[in-house]
Amino acid sequence: MNTRLDGRRILMAIAAPLLAVVVAVVVTSLILIVAKDPVGQVWSTILSAPKPRVLSAIINAATVYYLSAVAVAIGFKMNLFNIGVDGQYRIAAFFAALVAGQGWLPGPLNILLGLIVAVVAGGLWAAIAGLLKVWRGVSEVISTIMLNAIATALVAFLLRKVAIESGGSNVVQTKPLPESSQVPGFNLIPGSSREVYGLIILAILVGIAYWFVLNKTRFGFDLRATGASETAAVASGVKVKRMVALSMIISGGAAGLVGMPLLFGQDYSYGSTFQPGLGFAGIAIALLGRNHPIGIALAALLWSFLDQQSNALQIQAGVSDKLVLVIQGVIVLSVVIAYEIVRRANVRIEQRRVAARLAAEAGSPLEGARA
Amino acid sequence: MGENGAGKSTLMKILYGVQQPDEGTITVEGRQLRLRTPSEAIAAGIGMVFQHFQLADNFTVLENVVLGAEGLHGIGDAARTKIRELSESYGLGIDPDALVADLGVGARQRIEILKVLYRGAKIIILDEPTAVLVPQEVTELFDNLRGLTAEGLTVIFISHKLDEVLQVADAITVIRRGTTVAEVDPKGVTARQLAELMVGSELPSPKTEESTVTDTPVLTIVDTSLDNPLGGPRLLEDINLTIHSGEIVGIAGVEGNGQAELVEVIMGMREPSSGRILLGDIDTSDWQTREIREAGIGYIPEDRHRHGLLLEAPLWENVVLGHQTETAYLTGPGGWLVNAAAAKKETEAIVEQYDVRTPSINVTSGSLSGGNQQKLIIGREMRRNPRVLVAAHPTRGVDVGAQAAIWDHIRDARRQGLGVLLISADLEELVGLSDTIRVILRGRLVGEFDPDTVTREELGAAMTGAGAADSRKPGSELPVSDPVEPAAPWGSPAPEQDTTKEEGQ
Repeated sequence: MNTRLDGRRILMAIAAPLLAVVVAVVVTSLILIVAKDPVGQVWSTILSAPKPRVLSAIINAATVYYLSAVAVAIGFKMNLFNIGVDGQYRIAAFFAALVAGQGWLPGPLNILLGLIVAVVAGGLWAAIAGLLKVWRGVSEVISTIMLNAIATALVAFLLRKVAIESGGSNVVQTKPLPESSQVPGFNLIPGSSREVYGLIILAILVGIAYWFVLNKTRFGFDLRATGASETAAVASGVKVKRMVALSMIISGGAAGLVGMPLLFGQDYSYGSTFQPGLGFAGIAIALLGRNHPIGIALAALLWSFLDQQSNALQIQAGVSDKLVLVIQGVIVLSVVIAYEIVRRANVRIEQRRVAARLAAEAGSPLEGARA
Repeated sequence: MGENGAGKSTLMKILYGVQQPDEGTITVEGRQLRLRTPSEAIAAGIGMVFQHFQLADNFTVLENVVLGAEGLHGIGDAARTKIRELSESYGLGIDPDALVADLGVGARQRIEILKVLYRGAKIIILDEPTAVLVPQEVTELFDNLRGLTAEGLTVIFISHKLDEVLQVADAITVIRRGTTVAEVDPKGVTARQLAELMVGSELPSPKTEESTVTDTPVLTIVDTSLDNPLGGPRLLEDINLTIHSGEIVGIAGVEGNGQAELVEVIMGMREPSSGRILLGDIDTSDWQTREIREAGIGYIPEDRHRHGLLLEAPLWENVVLGHQTETAYLTGPGGWLVNAAAAKKETEAIVEQYDVRTPSINVTSGSLSGGNQQKLIIGREMRRNPRVLVAAHPTRGVDVGAQAAIWDHIRDARRQGLGVLLISADLEELVGLSDTIRVILRGRLVGEFDPDTVTREELGAAMTGAGAADSRKPGSELPVSDPVEPAAPWGSPAPEQDTTKEEGQ
């Protein structure tokens, strides 16, 4: 019984994202046909086997996306829409780079300090939105959007204050990390000159911690209960306000880690060229991955696969690489719809199965109609 | 008519196009119809008045009536004239420009009927229309219904209350477990025969229960008030209430008179504005829900879907819900991990002992029937051996077998010293279970009655705030005695049917 139920659940879980991807392919193809662009050429470019160098880039981008999506998913599990991951990770990366750049502690300890600073900074920034919601009932959607704008301005302002001269170039950046604090990459892909971020380990640990806390701990139970039904959670004794503030802070803390693989494995400082927009990609990926630690990983890989493969579109097919945004956008839209359809179907199917099984056991349809 | 869970509502949903029949036909005025949506039903002249009113409080009667039917007579004077016309010809007495918020329950129900008439219904379905009314309002409703039938309309009156059906119906169809068991003429049938048709067995005679009330107070509410955060009159005013070990205190009242607030204050979901609440002799007034539940108050919420269950979570997680800090369900250092194995074992025990019909403890709670969901909740609360049980409508929407089983579980626990606060809209349940009945009206406890001697009229008068003298007159038109149990007008509501599984505690 259990294995059969689980088998169906897994099938249901895969059906929706698969459906969404198919819809995205169809819609994008239609757009290409209308625009008289070479449809076949586009798909063969995007779906070609990535070169080893590109494969490393896909894994690296997915690592960062994964952290961002987990941060968003923590909020989603509580029915909190943390749009502010974007601001949180930039604030966090700035302060982490600033502190770690000083090289107060030797090697690995300095890395650890940087990570802690990032978590604290991200958490504190998110706490503003969390506390506003708890104390003043301000929607976290509004406040985190505002805080994103403020974060942008604040970081730009502070960066000017602490920036170091970088001989001639007009890039503004914090003091680079000491060499001993740079995290070496792994040579994971044979034949690729580009290494995979060492902090991919961090992303994996965050994923495991996310799964464990949510599914195995009392805190996770309370959090899921609140997300599933706030009224039932209140009646069961969950202190919802505290949960809202806490989960917002934890989400922000996780968001703080988003920029870390970039900081310690690639840029070694925070500057005006630090990769923006990761928070918004995280929202889409969390939706696509259904807030599930493995689902998010697959979604992050798909996302960065599309990103990287589309780089060649302009040269190979003469189509703007912005096309990938259309594909990603359609995927997210259709996945949200598909999940809801699948969810409702699932509820109905289970109700029918239970009623049928009971009727079979009792030999007569007793009270199946009521639910 | 039929008992709770007999399939009355399902049948009506099919008639109103909400649900589809697997087989069979529906014939309206000689035409065989397939009703796929409520709008098709409306077009066929079928109208439905739901048990829970669907009115916007901040709209006038006119606005509520035309809402969704703007195409019929517009939204202006034409509609107003039409409403006046209907109101007069059927004697509903409704002013189209009154604000719904200012109207009482009886008037709101008449608006619902008017809404249906306005849409041209010839057949009106009323689903348990008297559940929300006090006896005096029931009489008015019956007068209105006779007015409708006199004008040539057809009324389908769904109820499980024998006396009401006998009083108002011209023809009775009894259904039980989803099938028609009899079609009878109300003139040729006694209430007792009807009751036996309905439950399908000889009715047991009311049991005389020995009182188990002790003089140890387990829950004491002292001078407790609750302000209305939106201003206006207080939601609760100077509540004083003591529940002793082994005692069931019933709260009667028209819905919305402070019952929900009283429960929320006791459960710590709302902070009382003043007063004290003692559990045993410990002051719990400023405790939060979790501490209160940990201290041993079991809670059966009024709305199990909103407050009692996580519908998309498996049964065993629902058993943990409300008892997250119960050490039996926890493991690991400091008890910060959920012990799924222990929770599953406990769920198996509840399913067994409380006869929850489910194929597995891993199905979602939303896939169970209402009665089985309720049995799961009762089991979850009772198996933790609470000192006090706050039970709001514990058998609402539950089939007859489950209802009797739930009553038995509550009685058994009382015998072992449980104190129960029972809130119910079902007067029979209140009288059958309670040791004391208190009446709540506009946030105040206004009367205290002995369930063995109280009459329907006395309770009805207290529930509406009519003085004892006033209530005599309308009371005389009411079904004074319940012919099912002539000796004791209220009796103990049939606790043991053959459908009940008697299982030891």
